[in-house]
Amino acid sequence: KIESLKVTVDFLKVPLGLKKPPLKEALAAVPGPGRPKPLGVERHKPRRSDTMDNESQYSGYSYKSGHSRSSRKHRDRRDRHRSKSRDGSRGDKSVTIQAPGEPLLDNESTRGDERDDNWGETTTVVTGTSEHSISHDDITRITKDMEDSAHLDCSRHLGVSLAAALALLAFLTPLAFMLLPQLLWREELEPCGTPCEGLFISVAFKLLILLLGSWALFFRRPKAFFPRVFVFRALLMVLVFLLVVSYWLFYGVRILDSRDRNYQGVVQYAVSLVDALLFVHYLAVVLLELRQLQPQFTLKAVRSADGASRFYNVGHLSIQRAAVWILENYYHDFPVYNPALLNLPKSVLSKKMSGFKVYSLGEENTTNNSTGQSRAVIAAAARRRDNSHNEYYYEEAEHERRVRKRRARLVVAVEEAFTHIKRLQEEDQKNPREIMDPREAAQAIFASMARAMQKYLRTTKQQPYHTMESILQHLEFCITHDMTPKVRGELGWRYLTAGPTIQYHKDRWLAKQWTLVSEEPVTNGLKDGVVFVLKRQDFSLVVSTKKIPFFKLSEEFVDPKSHKFVMRLQSETSV
Amino acid sequence: SYFIFLSFQQRIEIHKLRQGDNLILGFSIGGGIDQDPTQNPFSEDKTDKGIYVTRVTEGGPAEVAGLQIGDKIMQVNGWDMTMVTHDQARKRLTKRNEEVVRLLVTRQSLQKAVQQSMMS
Repeated sequence: KIESLKVTVDFLKVPLGLKKPPLKEALAAVPGPGRPKPLGVERHKPRRSDTMDNESQYSGYSYKSGHSRSSRKHRDRRDRHRSKSRDGSRGDKSVTIQAPGEPLLDNESTRGDERDDNWGETTTVVTGTSEHSISHDDITRITKDMEDSAHLDCSRHLGVSLAAALALLAFLTPLAFMLLPQLLWREELEPCGTPCEGLFISVAFKLLILLLGSWALFFRRPKAFFPRVFVFRALLMVLVFLLVVSYWLFYGVRILDSRDRNYQGVVQYAVSLVDALLFVHYLAVVLLELRQLQPQFTLKAVRSADGASRFYNVGHLSIQRAAVWILENYYHDFPVYNPALLNLPKSVLSKKMSGFKVYSLGEENTTNNSTGQSRAVIAAAARRRDNSHNEYYYEEAEHERRVRKRRARLVVAVEEAFTHIKRLQEEDQKNPREIMDPREAAQAIFASMARAMQKYLRTTKQQPYHTMESILQHLEFCITHDMTPKVRGELGWRYLTAGPTIQYHKDRWLAKQWTLVSEEPVTNGLKDGVVFVLKRQDFSLVVSTKKIPFFKLSEEFVDPKSHKFVMRLQSETSV
Repeated sequence: SYFIFLSFQQRIEIHKLRQGDNLILGFSIGGGIDQDPTQNPFSEDKTDKGIYVTRVTEGGPAEVAGLQIGDKIMQVNGWDMTMVTHDQARKRLTKRNEEVVRLLVTRQSLQKAVQQSMMS
């Protein structure tokens, strides 16, 4: 029985001024193996309001911070939900990745001509939220989520707090080792001068390094949580626990009980524990970060609407993480989806559509007839299409010509416009009224090329994507940075072709809500041949996986002296 | 109507002509296992490294005997000529103590066949 699993993935963001949790907690609390932070850069943006963060973000993962209490709840709930359903269901799993703070319903409007300026589109893939940006929508969603998965809270909380406690314990243990003898039997201790002080210094620095390392490594919030995380994370936690416990046991038996008087030995013991913890940190780095850096799979992402496709190399990731990776790259690699460009010109289309209508006369049990009939219909359609391909071709050629003409006009207009302004040199004596800032300069020259630009955009059906405001802003940008009209071919590029989605004004074009559909549980790792689909309302991205083949490189030694040649002759001898 | 290639094997007996100190046959050969077979204009198979007749002097003994340009020489007096170097071929043809050479040649000729006659 196929169920679909809807999991809401929240993405969390931590404001910058977060207090660092003790390293071990961070160490232990690391999110699992395959989910890379290959771009593990923390991107913090000033929080404007809940509708702003419309780009994918990575955020630090913080356990102990009080701020992220509710976000932890999100995580807990989500995880639990996922782990629960992971056990049971097979078949299609769909995961909705959406951002809190946005209405669940997506108001994407890419309907081209009819909808010039009202795009309520406020969508991005991944976004973060923190306490500050919780809005009413958040709350409704939170409550909804809570109804779904209230029972996940406890265990998730438990896991996190356990990790935190363990980390704290691990961090404080060396300090305890060194302090206890001083506190308990100070009088009996052998004096320990220089060596001990040296060891103190080394312990201090090592702990500092450990702290910094953990902060760097674990302070990033992953974008999603995976059950697989538990495996590696649990492994690391168990390791740390065993380590600490065994050290304490040894310490308790050999040192506390017998009141060892060799303080230097005790300090050295503590130092060895710190070293061991550093090595565990190294292990965490390798397991959690390095393992997925090496490319193992090639993902091919194809947009269903217009066939634009790209290839990406990724390492060992889970399906969900790979989906997020693809989406991050989608926004700067794929040209913006323009439904207006997809349709055949109307003249061609109308001819195609007219013609055959199929009426099914008669009874229900025309099953045999229907297949034959549909085949006939398809054949008729194919034949008909043969006639209209000509028109399509000519229409295309005509359109192409028109576009090029307009483009030429636009380029000339732009060049001319730019010759009218120049940067103010120091030595120029100019009337203060004539001096303009970039914005005014942009407005001044915009007028002269507005018409050409507008005509061009209309021809290429790009006008929904560019408002006057955005064009002015771009002009301002070019002017400020002294872009010559040639570089202004960047403007040309930007307008002449549909550029990648991300360059358009963020609020409008970045979608937040995508649905991930996959046949395997989305938390499974990538394997050769896995296919999953990222759906939006009017198109979808089909992603297929191929394993990077194992390359067998063999070596062949060529002696430079072995390059010898003979003439190929065609002699003719007379006999 | 269409053309078909036919291969004939022919036995040709050439009586050498004495010209001063030499005995000449009156034709030129090309090919050999040490030569570039792709340059051979007469062979159908461009990997064929056999010995081919590249020129036939007019009125010479070879022409008289019926040798034609483009013939592939298979044997000379019983010696195989399909797997010899160019120089070996030359030597076999110009033995000083032989006055007569008997060649086994393969000739390709173009036949024009008439469709009706084929079908009848």
